[in-house]
Parts: sequence; structure tokens; C-alpha cells
Amino acid sequence: MPFGNSHNQLKMKFSSEQEYPDLSKHNNHMAKVLTPALYEKLRSKQTPSGFTLDDVIQTGVDNPGHPFIMTVGCVAGDEETYEVFKELLDPIIQDRHGGYKPTDKHKTDLNPSNLKGGDDLDANYVLSSRVRTGRSICGFCLPPHCSRGERRAVEKLSVEALGALTGDLKGKYYALKNMTEAEQQQLIDDHFLFDKPVSPLLLASGMARDWPDARGIWHNDNKTFLVWVNEEDHLRVISMQKGGNMKEVFNRFCTGLTKIEELFKNKGHAFMWNEHLGYVLTCPSNLGTGLRAGVHVKLPNLSKYRQFEEILKRLRLQKRGTGGVDTAAVGGVFDISNADRLGFSEVELVQMVVDGVKLLIVMEKRLEKGQAIEDLMPAQK
Amino acid sequence: MASSFARVLSSKRKVGILSLVGAGSLTVGFFLNREQHVNAGAHVRRIYPPSAEYPDLRKHNNCMASHLTPAVYAKLSDKTTPNGYTLDLAIQTGVDNPGHPFIKTVGMVAGDEESYEVFAGIFNPVIKERHNGYDPCTMNHPTDLDASKIRGGQFDDKYVLSSRVRTGRSIRGLSLPPACTRAERREVERVVIDALAGLKGDLAGKYFSLTLMTEQEQQQLIDDHFLFDKPVSPLLTCAGMARDWPDARGIWHNNEKTFLVWVNEEDHTRVISMEKGGNMKRVFERFCKGLQEVERLIQEKGWEFMWNEHLGYILTCPSNLGTGLRAGVHVTLPRLSKDPRFPKILDNLRLQKRGTGGVDTAAVGNTFDISNLDRLGQSEVQLVQTVIDGVNYLIECEKKLERGQDIKIPAPISQFK
Repeated sequence: MPFGNSHNQLKMKFSSEQEYPDLSKHNNHMAKVLTPALYEKLRSKQTPSGFTLDDVIQTGVDNPGHPFIMTVGCVAGDEETYEVFKELLDPIIQDRHGGYKPTDKHKTDLNPSNLKGGDDLDANYVLSSRVRTGRSICGFCLPPHCSRGERRAVEKLSVEALGALTGDLKGKYYALKNMTEAEQQQLIDDHFLFDKPVSPLLLASGMARDWPDARGIWHNDNKTFLVWVNEEDHLRVISMQKGGNMKEVFNRFCTGLTKIEELFKNKGHAFMWNEHLGYVLTCPSNLGTGLRAGVHVKLPNLSKYRQFEEILKRLRLQKRGTGGVDTAAVGGVFDISNADRLGFSEVELVQMVVDGVKLLIVMEKRLEKGQAIEDLMPAQK
Repeated sequence: MASSFARVLSSKRKVGILSLVGAGSLTVGFFLNREQHVNAGAHVRRIYPPSAEYPDLRKHNNCMASHLTPAVYAKLSDKTTPNGYTLDLAIQTGVDNPGHPFIKTVGMVAGDEESYEVFAGIFNPVIKERHNGYDPCTMNHPTDLDASKIRGGQFDDKYVLSSRVRTGRSIRGLSLPPACTRAERREVERVVIDALAGLKGDLAGKYFSLTLMTEQEQQQLIDDHFLFDKPVSPLLTCAGMARDWPDARGIWHNNEKTFLVWVNEEDHTRVISMEKGGNMKRVFERFCKGLQEVERLIQEKGWEFMWNEHLGYILTCPSNLGTGLRAGVHVTLPRLSKDPRFPKILDNLRLQKRGTGGVDTAAVGNTFDISNLDRLGQSEVQLVQTVIDGVNYLIECEKKLERGQDIKIPAPISQFK
């Protein structure tokens, strides 16, 4: 919650035991790590903006999780959350990001010329290609904790910065609360419009407060570069197009991001970044690159193959339905993307997707012809 | 009757919450803290002026939005209650839920007893609008739980299927559901079930904690229509009252299943007396007896209910202040309900209709939930009498229509007696 941290003082009047949440039915990263002893140690702390331990974990307390899906169960309210509550967040980050240690350094690489290939994914199979990430603006609290004034300031700054983009990146901002019916329908048809979050994972963290105040969508005139303002993060940046030219998508992604970063810097605002955690975002699962590079690809045969999951795992890829996270695949079309976020650079992750999807298509083609694919089984990356 | 319920601000508080006397020092301490943070270095929270924080209420239609001018917001936005509850927290639900063109919701909640005082600048006009002109500054609310004063109250079972009276009670000294910490919520549970365990005779019963209940117990409670679910209405969830669900929530009921208490749902407690058929008098008698017994039992341990002479019983939502009482029946009115004068008749009788699933539901068949509109400014006895007299009138209308006779719209009854 945004203001006033005298509420945390109130809790200190009760013993740690009396306040400790009941996590006995929980299955998320937070519940695995937050012992009573750790709760006691951290509960009196708060970040300079007043974000507390209970603020961090509320979403994890309210959403016990799922037997099969391990959610994170924590959010950050500001950049300092990751420092002040590192004893809770470091082990969670380590578990979620494949063993990434508190002493590890994260590499950022947004040079698209380092990507090999990726311009020729078979368009008979790959329907669309997309890369997304998030960025947070230094000095402002994150969506779970920001006040209306802060959120509006983030919007104002973002609209000004994006307004300075030129060439094929030149575009327009659509504030959610001012949108006309016609604009809204167009954005829906373009698959650009984001809705007020309905997932209890997000709602419980407070990031949907004051909806739709200071939320909006910016996109370029070509409709290939898109920025969401004040949804789950300050900014979500998306590059996408139909077909299989991931290289072009990634080119535009890097160029656009770099330009945007420059424009923000010109206004005296850097993005939240440090050499340990990379880009700092609201959810610990999006640290590092915050990058998800993916394709919508037709794999009707391969998806029924008994080792499909194993193949994806070895390629460090993840499948989702075409409606995004938590949706089911429709008609054999899957959203295939990188599983990792932290500990690999942007180029490395996109490379994994490009190489991995190429292989999946080869396998699909073999299975179409009734041929075996065991010899194609990849090693664990 | 007020003497039986002497409201003395008890100095005996089990939990070391700062008393109102200490409010000033805590608030000052809080601000000193913020000053230090401001000087602490580069990564410091910006503090925006009230004009930059004022919510956009242009598309809103709730009581809060009608009265929260920029000036009122500016005046109250940096205040906190002794427990740390703020204006922004109080209004969050109203900001997040613009409302409906036809239904005007309240749009704000209290986080603790002191909210109504500290934020009186917005609560008072909201209360006045919601409660038909009741002015907390100048008016006193009558509390009367003497069921012997009720006249009549036994309806024809041919029309009235069931009778029910509900209210809420808050435990003084503990924050309300939108703001309470887990420890406070657990303390509410402990205090209440400790008191309920002392009930005897036809009121003796058992507590079912939501976290511990067995599948079988759960099914039984569902079949009895007693089980409450985690709130899904955004009006409630945006106010923060569903946090930590189902921790410290539960249902208590007597063995006869006619007296029921919900613990830590929308309020600290919701108290319900109900039975099949039309004996509203007996339902209200049990209601009063149960409430008075519970009050006596918590007082033995040094606790009391939140109450004051202007607002009556203090509850989370301003709409439930005063008596917090909704007395109602499920009644079948096949002819009357189709008569175009039905809404006006209800209105003049100060009654409200709902579907039989409760608020926000539609009526099924010809059976309606008919209950009192008012909560504040009239006593429990007065409101229940209003329901009894009103339902009798409705049944008379129904009977007249059955006989092919005409009916009359009654004269409107006055609001504050």
C-alpha cells in the first residue's frame, strides 16, 4: 500500500509469531523460503519509500499456488526492495533462476548484430514472432506501491520520451482513460490492448489500484513496436510482426530500447539496472533481461510426441497457449519462448529461441512424414 | 435501555494499541520519520502535492466521489489514524470501483474506529447522503435491543417462508478488516470464539474455522446455507478485506442452527438470527438475547463493542452504521410483485426488495427478500417493527388482490422518529 508506514509500527506491537502468515498449504517460492525466523528478522525493516516485508509477500500469502505451477509469491515495491529484503529475495531468485547466486553478475547485450541467423524461420509453421521486456524508471516506486502522483509522473515522462521517437519508430500514445470507442476497438483488433489485470496474483499485490488512471498504450505507426505504460511494470516494451523473421523483430527491439533509454536519460532518468540483477522489475521472475522472445508456431504432431516437454526443457524453452501465460494451446499452435530471464544476455536468449524453434520445426516436419526423431534429441543446454 | 449498555471507554485494553491520547505523538513521530527519509539520500520517495494525487473521479458515481472535492482531499490526505490508516486507503475501493449508473455505492471504508473521526470531513457528508440526511454532528442514534417492545411479528407461513435478522459488531481496540494485521485478525477470532463458547441453552454451539474445517463440515455448512466464501466482489477486495484468506475466518452456529456468527468476513463479526417460517418476533428475541449475552461475555474479559452515541455501532462500511441491522423475510407475493405500484409501496414503507440470493441477486419465481432500507437514526426495535408492519401490509395487499380487491399505496412513513 502506498502511503504511511505507521501501519508497520502497529504490527511491531505484536510478536513475530502472532503475525507470521500461515503458509502450511502454500506452494510458491516465498513460502519455501520464509521461515518464522526469517520473518522475525525482516519484519521491522522497510525501504526508504516505506515498502515492508508484508507488502512484499502479500500476493504470496493470498495465493497459495498450484500443485503444478510454482509461482514466485513476492513483488518489489521499489528498487531498494531487492536490497533491503535480500535475505528473502536472493534464495528465491536462486531457486527461480536456475541457481543464480547472490554473487553472480548478469550480462546485458542488446547488440542485435550478435544474433546469428533468425531471419528465416519457416513461415509455414511460424505465424508470428515477438520479443518483450520491461523497464523501470529510477526514482519512482513500482506498480504495487506507487501513489497516483508517481504513476502519473511515470506516464508523463514516458509519453514525452516516446513522443521523441522518429522514423519507423514514430508513433502515438493512447491513454486508457481517454480512448475513444473506435480507438479501443482498433487496439483490440491489433491485439495491442491490455486489460485491467484479473489474475489474483497481480490484484493481490496492489498493482491494479486506481485503474485505468495513468495507464496507456503507445505504438508506432507501423504497429510493430509497442509500449505498455503502468501495467505490471512501469514499461513493457514489445516488438512483434507476423511471420518468422525473428532477426528483424530483435533488431527493432534493440534499436527501439536503446533509443528510448537515451531519451529517458536526456530527461535525467535512468532505467533501474545493476550488475547483479540486470534490469530491475516488479516480479523477481522478470529480473535480468526481463526478456521473453517467442513465436506462435504450429506443432500439431510434435506437441503430441511423448517427449515434447523434455525436448523443450533441454532447449531451455517454455510453451504457452496463444493467449499468453495461463492459457491453453488452440489448434496445435503454441507460443514457444525462452524459459530463462536472468544469467543469460538478451542475445543469448534470443539465440536459444531461434536455434530451438528451428529444431522443433525440423522435428515437426519429420513427424509429419511419419519419420523418427530420436536422433534429433538435443542435449541439455 | 441505554443504561444496560453503558459505553464507558475502557482503559483496559488487552493489546497495547495507542489510545487516542497518544495519537498526536505517533503522528508527529511518523512525520519525523518521513523527514529523515527525505534527507536519507538519492533514492528517496518523491512526495507529490495533493493536487497531483487527487483521484480522477469524473466517471464515478458513488457517495465518496460525490463529496470528495479537491479541497477536502487536500485537507485530509496527510492525516493518519493512530493505527496508520490513511485517506487514500479509505477511498481506494471507491476509486477502483466507479459504480453503476443506477446503483450508488458508498465508495469508502473505515480501517479502524478512529477513521470516522480523523476523516470526518469526508465520512460525514457520505453518511448524510447514504442515511437520508442523518447528521452525525448534531444527531444521536438510539440503540434499543429490548425485544419485548415488538408488537405482532408472527406472519402467515403461507406467504412468509423464512425470517432473518442480521447485524455486525466490531471489537473496540482492534483494526477493522480493511486494515487489520494478521495478529489483530487472529485476536478478533480468539476474543469472539472465547465469548461464544460461553453461550448456553438454546444458544450453545460450535465454531468452524475456515482453515481447519473438514470436507464434511464444509459440505454441511453449505447445505445449511451458512458457509461464506472468500469475497469476490471488487467492492470488497479492493478495500483489502480479503487479505490472508482464510486465516482467522470462521463460522459459529448454535446447535439448533438458528443463531449464527461470521468471524472476520466483511466485519469483525456478523450476527444472524434466522428460522424458517414467519415468526419474526422470536427471531428478533433470540437476536437480542444472543447479542446481549455475547456483549456481556466479552465485557467480562475487558473487551467491548465499538459504539458511540452519534454513529451507533461502528462497522467497516458506512452503510452499516447505527444498528447495522437488516431484518428481512423471504415472502411470496405473486400478484403484488407484478403490480406497477409495488416499488412505490415498498418505498413508502421504507422497505427494500432483493432476490433470495441476497444483495445483487434477482428474485426467483415470486419470492422476494424484503427488508428495512434504513440502518442509522432509528433503533433496532423501531426498524424491526417497521419491517413487521410493512410485511403485514404487503401480505394484506396480496390477499386483497387474491380476492380481486384494489389496494392502496400507503402514506410514506417518516424516517427519523
